Amino acid sequence: MLGYTITQWLFGILSFLAIMFALMVVFSRNPVNSVLYLVLTFFCIAGHYLLLNAQFLAVVHIAVYAGAIMVLFLFVIMLMNLNQDSEPQKTAISKAIAGIVGGLLLVVLVGALRGTELLGIQQYGHSEIGLVKNLGKVLFSEFLFPFEIVSILLLSALVGAIMIGKKEIK
Amino acid sequence: MINGISINMYLLLSTVLFIIGAVGVMARRNTIILFMCIELMLNAVNLLLVAFSALHNDSSGQVFVFFIMAVAAAEVAVGLAILSMIYRNSKSIDSDLLSKLKH
Repeated sequence: MLGYTITQWLFGILSFLAIMFALMVVFSRNPVNSVLYLVLTFFCIAGHYLLLNAQFLAVVHIAVYAGAIMVLFLFVIMLMNLNQDSEPQKTAISKAIAGIVGGLLLVVLVGALRGTELLGIQQYGHSEIGLVKNLGKVLFSEFLFPFEIVSILLLSALVGAIMIGKKEIK
Repeated sequence: MINGISINMYLLLSTVLFIIGAVGVMARRNTIILFMCIELMLNAVNLLLVAFSALHNDSSGQVFVFFIMAVAAAEVAVGLAILSMIYRNSKSIDSDLLSKLKH
């Protein structure tokens, strides 16, 4: 197909969709639509993970982001009853400045990264590092201490969220 | 090259996603959408970490992505709790109104 392999076609389509949905997140007026477009962006990124042989990470990404975090966003939006287009808008000039700053940042980053030559990389071994078995071995041997610290972080975030969200603290 | 795709393409894609998130943070006033744009930027970085992990055939990058996901979940939980508290007190989540600490 025009000299491209199927993987390259998939990469192109997923990239295009991810960028389009990401733009829709920023530009749609209704917050609920933004959340739904963000979920679609996350599905595209999960597809990229599958292309990169990170199968377990793709599943975790969908479960954690599309399943948990985005549902939390939707709950909060519906609790606040913000699903009408009542958001005050920034002035046109500050929007234009934001666009210019973003464009300049894009130019700088692309210019800095374009000529990158990655030297000294030799690929070896098999590409099964994304499977549960191999990731679990690394996670529970080499990264055991950060793993325990993350559990404490999640616990403290849980306690903090409840403390902040309570009506009044006696 | 990862499966016939150059790493430069992944660099470009992640840069574009990150810039979209950054422009969203600068251009919107709804605080919930600012949070979503921060998630978008985190995901651009995650994608690049996984791409380099596949390039080097090293699973450390994917473990870092796990940790970033856990930190993002904690951040969203606390952030949305703060946001609902602000909404309860001021009936608005406009980010331009939250400037009391400035004075």
